[in-house]
Amino acid sequence: MFPLSHLICMLLGISFTVWFTLLLVFIIVPAIFGVSFGIRRLYMKSLIKLFEWATLRMERGAKEKNQHLYKPYSNGIIAKEPVSLEQEIQDMRRGGAEPEFDMSDIFYFCRRGVESIVDDEVTKRFTAEELESWNLLTRSNYNFHHISTRLTALWGVGVLIRYGFLLPLRVTLAFTGVGLLVVLTSIVGLFPNGRMKNYLSDKVHLMCYRICVRALTAIITYHDSENKPKNGGICVANHTSPIDVIILASDGCYAMVGQVHGGLMGVIQRAMVKACPHIWFERSEVKDRHLVAKRLSDHVADKSKLPILIFPEGTCINNTSVMMFKKGSFEIGCTVYPVAIKYDPRFGDAFWNSSKFGMVNYLLHMMSSWAIVCSVWYLPPMSRMEGEDAVQFANRVKAAIARKGGLADLLWDGGLKRGKVKEVFKEEQQKLYSKVLVGSSEDGSSS
Amino acid sequence: MGSRASSLLREEDIEEIKKQTGFSHSQITRLYSRFHSLDKGENGALSREDFQRIPELAINPLGDRIINAFFPEGEDQVNFRGFMRTLAHFRPVEDNEKNKDPTSGEPLNSRTNKLFFAFRLYDLDRDDKISRDELLQVLRMMVGVNISDEQLGSIADRTIQEADTNGDMCISFSEFTKVLEKVDVEQKMSIRFLH
Repeated sequence: MFPLSHLICMLLGISFTVWFTLLLVFIIVPAIFGVSFGIRRLYMKSLIKLFEWATLRMERGAKEKNQHLYKPYSNGIIAKEPVSLEQEIQDMRRGGAEPEFDMSDIFYFCRRGVESIVDDEVTKRFTAEELESWNLLTRSNYNFHHISTRLTALWGVGVLIRYGFLLPLRVTLAFTGVGLLVVLTSIVGLFPNGRMKNYLSDKVHLMCYRICVRALTAIITYHDSENKPKNGGICVANHTSPIDVIILASDGCYAMVGQVHGGLMGVIQRAMVKACPHIWFERSEVKDRHLVAKRLSDHVADKSKLPILIFPEGTCINNTSVMMFKKGSFEIGCTVYPVAIKYDPRFGDAFWNSSKFGMVNYLLHMMSSWAIVCSVWYLPPMSRMEGEDAVQFANRVKAAIARKGGLADLLWDGGLKRGKVKEVFKEEQQKLYSKVLVGSSEDGSSS
Repeated sequence: MGSRASSLLREEDIEEIKKQTGFSHSQITRLYSRFHSLDKGENGALSREDFQRIPELAINPLGDRIINAFFPEGEDQVNFRGFMRTLAHFRPVEDNEKNKDPTSGEPLNSRTNKLFFAFRLYDLDRDDKISRDELLQVLRMMVGVNISDEQLGSIADRTIQEADTNGDMCISFSEFTKVLEKVDVEQKMSIRFLH
């Protein structure tokens, strides 16, 4: 062998060793013990300064070239007036003898209809949020022309760092985390049931999730940890992406609920359930609501089992709003621990647009963003009150989560991402209008 | 993640649309972004299904009629120009436009054009008059199943009686305009676009 290739081999070997030692010391060991060196926060602060500079530079560049800078419509395209149907129609009635029907009634429906074409509350929740400042990712930029060499160079360096350094690092960590999870939970599963097993299972789960958190460079701030969910309860949270699970589970131990998958997911699921009871449903069982409710209530009744983690929206929403909560989890009748999760969109968009991207694509996007920054608020526990039905309880919890996270509280069903809206809502509108028509003839002069 | 919607719209196109419709540059780019987000097929045109995907529009009793107003006779696709032309009807009337030179053609958001837009919603077969049958159909859309045929019929008869001046049992556009002459059409048929 030539001495040159010898040298290269040695260099590679040394760099690998250094690499892995650094990885171990700075990332994996802190993950095991749940401490942090603060490296990620420092990283986050420097990124913010960088983005602000980049945005200013772009605005200046656009002004110099007299081009228009596209500003996202974060304040809305139009200003809507929240006037009800009855109010509007009464306003339109021209005094004097009240006719039952007026040809101008159509104006209300017409205007409302066109307003919803220009800007509606629902469809914009299923695509990524638009940003005010640029975060050096071309995927979120609408103004990317060549504004200045410095900016383009910076973007280029950004690409190199993200794809050349951060991505491989994160992928390594992800594999480590998942691998350790599968192996260690299987080992813990060999222990006899008891306090020792539960203790070990908790530690193992926490450690592996923490490694995964570092694999995404997620910088999470937990608020109000005194309200953390306890055994025998259900934890509900708003849903933006599959990462929500990792974020919550790295700070507390939960029993997961989900459908049984095949492939890698299935392997992970089978391993996890060896260490502590999670609730996995077969595809056929998911349709049977009674069966689902029974399994959930059985789990909750057993105080030695961990709190269940559920996302009642049923689908991923883009983190600007909270949509309708499905009432299933609120019928069980135990304490509900609401949690609000809000992502900071400046560092990387966490929303999973499942109609546009598959899971692998999505994970790659996540791992090549700068970071995932989010805040988690643990809200005080809630229970169903006297005379409140499951739907009202669900709406109450939803309102609390929306308020805490600064999200819009919507009554619309997240299922509208893929499905059509129910006819009954149109019928409600028709009924309202009929009342205005017929009602005015019944009570004569009163308006 | 977002696509570069505004870069697909050329400056010349924006200028032309600005002249035709009166929208400002930033309004046009924002509306283009909206057009693009509705265009699920990404073929530069919207179909009826694209509109029906908007839940608030789907539950509007006159949703189908409004969607129809965007599509020219016999066509299934509307491009961005057509989209903007229709939306232009809903621009508020600005004061300095009221004194505009009439020879440059009536702006799309004039009172007459707004009224004509509403007239078209009633006029199902586009023959420029509203027959009793058409009025009944539109009324039925607005009230659903909550009012009986007889009552609805009498409402339609009364409306035509009040409006019809030339005795042909139909409402023409001029009769329609006369009936609504006291209504503040400019305000009722305008949307407040932000700059």
